[in-house]
Amino acid sequence: MSLTSIFFTFFFYISVLIFITGVSYKIVQYWQTPAPLKIPIAPAPLNRSGVLMRIAREVFLFQSLFKASKWTWIFGWSFHFALVLLFFRHLVYFWPGEIPTILLKTEPLKYAAYPLIFGLLGLLGRRFFVDRVRYISAPSDYLMLLLLIVIGGSGMLMTFAQNHPNMLLVKNFAEGLITFNWSELPSELLFLAHIFLVFLLIAIFPISKLLHAPGIFFSPTLNQVDNARKKRHISQWAKNKESHKKIDLEQNSDEDK
Amino acid sequence: MSENSIEKLPTYLEIPAIKKDSMAGNGPFKASVEVQNELGFPGEKVENWQQVAIDKMAETKSKYRSVQVFLDACVKCGACTDKCHYYLGTADPKNMPVARQDLFRSVYRRHFTFAGKYFPKLVGAKELDEAMLDDWYNYFHQCSQCRRCAVFCPYGIDTAEISMAAREVMNVIGVGQKYPNQILGKINKIGNNLGMPEPALRDTLEDLEEEIKEETGVAVKLPLDIKDSEVLMVTPSADFFAEPHIDGLIGYAKVFHQSGVSWTLSSYASEAANFGMFIGNYDVMRQGALRIRKAALDLNVKRVIVGECGHAWRVAYSFWNTLTGLGSGGNDEYSKKLQQQLDSNYPQPQHIIEFTYDLIQQDKLLFDKSKNDHRVVTFHDSCNVARGSNMGDIKNGQFILPREVIKAACNNFSDMPKGTIKASTFCCGGGGGLLTDDLIELRIKGAKPRMHALKQSEERNGVNTLAAICAICKSQFSKVLPNYEFDPYMIVSVHQLVSDAIILSDNSENSNNKAL
Repeated sequence: MSLTSIFFTFFFYISVLIFITGVSYKIVQYWQTPAPLKIPIAPAPLNRSGVLMRIAREVFLFQSLFKASKWTWIFGWSFHFALVLLFFRHLVYFWPGEIPTILLKTEPLKYAAYPLIFGLLGLLGRRFFVDRVRYISAPSDYLMLLLLIVIGGSGMLMTFAQNHPNMLLVKNFAEGLITFNWSELPSELLFLAHIFLVFLLIAIFPISKLLHAPGIFFSPTLNQVDNARKKRHISQWAKNKESHKKIDLEQNSDEDK
Repeated sequence: MSENSIEKLPTYLEIPAIKKDSMAGNGPFKASVEVQNELGFPGEKVENWQQVAIDKMAETKSKYRSVQVFLDACVKCGACTDKCHYYLGTADPKNMPVARQDLFRSVYRRHFTFAGKYFPKLVGAKELDEAMLDDWYNYFHQCSQCRRCAVFCPYGIDTAEISMAAREVMNVIGVGQKYPNQILGKINKIGNNLGMPEPALRDTLEDLEEEIKEETGVAVKLPLDIKDSEVLMVTPSADFFAEPHIDGLIGYAKVFHQSGVSWTLSSYASEAANFGMFIGNYDVMRQGALRIRKAALDLNVKRVIVGECGHAWRVAYSFWNTLTGLGSGGNDEYSKKLQQQLDSNYPQPQHIIEFTYDLIQQDKLLFDKSKNDHRVVTFHDSCNVARGSNMGDIKNGQFILPREVIKAACNNFSDMPKGTIKASTFCCGGGGGLLTDDLIELRIKGAKPRMHALKQSEERNGVNTLAAICAICKSQFSKVLPNYEFDPYMIVSVHQLVSDAIILSDNSENSNNKAL
């Protein structure tokens, strides 16, 4: 195998390792951190199924963002939706063994690259032209968008501008990563740039604002049921405060022990 | 400091271009050594304050999932940037919710994240130095914790949680705000924010009884410390002395009189407000709530009802069960005792609006609505009620019930424009521990979006009365309305409208406060 192939093979595994450990660490951290008080935000659901619906509307439709800003919603939603479609478009390369028919029919999904780039350029434009958004943007906020734009752009150049790398090599390389049956990857620069940045994106996921993806499921304002009067909600650390008291119900007093 | 020039209102509320440092300054008055010590905080900035602050941040984010998740999840999309009334009123970019949070988040990134430790410039991570602390103090006291930003955030990030965490950190290093901390000292010692002792309270209530008797000819009682009453009424102490609050208190008394339900106030727990929430301190907030539990048990009441106070209702509705076991479902000793004593036919605690609404539904209250015909009323949804509580246990009940009570007492009701009411309501500009004269410029500017909506309602529908169910809103509006060419007396309690229209029966059996 060429040095490039070895490098990319290593880079892939390292990225995935960082991704899995990093994201698992954050999820465990969120899971274990108590939410000591009921703080659902209006319009708050009064039962569990209402909460599930609410999270679903936020995850799939970006409901709150829609209320907040139509432009940001259009850009943000088309980018994310296109990203999901393109993820499915790429599954075919990695699928080991016999490919399910459904994956063979994903070719038209490639056009999702257009709304993807449209959304990303819109989001970047906002960072440049809306003074409020410019004020809150750090270099990493621009770079993250640029990274995604270059990933999308390089993919489009390969797909729509007749710069296809050798697809058989691509398939073997990608499948080899999954089956630990490593093989040579194509050496076209566009392709190398494309996967380099994708692996980079995977690696920085757990140390960047991409944590909004797991974060949304743990947001207490969104995932709590508004039933504080009906059910006592108490965290362990708050409970410990109570157990350190000497309670005398007759005298209605609870003194520190 | 004080800016009393009248703000000119454009026909639509413009989102201002950012004006850097337009609200730069030293922030509100700082708490004295005595005030700080009273609450168990250091009296002056501790020597190794940076380390203490970082340690406290670590502790806070490990105890509050909200803080940990919110610090990580923000993508700087900008959805919240034009949602804060203080930004809309001042144009200072640090009053954009995300920028306010970033004062805290940048320090979090510097000390707790990989990217911030090794690439601080790249991700906007910053050290907690003197300048940053000054910004914290100044700008976390320009947040009324109204949570409007959280309604629009795609991840539900609630700046109030961050501002509470920041204030808690500042208190722990000895940099506290005078106004809330001084008040918290009074409630812990005397039982209310005013520091009004029992004899003074008793006198006030007796005077009020006489006043009502003179005006209506009916002996409406305002009982204090009557054991075995049906209801313990806990109301913000402003209701005992401030205008227009006091007319709301008279309204509650009249409703109780007509209902025939015996009730009492408590001199020990003569305060519904709980500024412990504003400073983000669980223990201080719990202390305040425990006074109410103690009063409920000592007075052996069957129900606990809360008066018109926004954050008090959030604390009561959302937190009391957690803090004290006053509610259903708990299985510790106090919870069980409360469940035994309190009437399980009613939610505990209840809001006075829920109480009055139920009576209206049962046709137990009669109104002469024409008494309010000189009014065209609109309702200001107070932020803590609107975004942090419920009423009637029906979806959006906190918006429905107060309006139904108003409509039962008034012929003319008209809502302010969509987007400025209900879940999207604009703060009065004085909540969250900012209702102090040293912040008057901020309060006037922060009221602008609400005043603008009110102006539209005045022009389109002839609205001349602004009703609210929050003591802070009422005080704030009384103060700032004239700055926007409104009559300061147009702000009323919802129960003042009830009080003015209710038909009282002079049936002394009706008021079965037997102990009197």
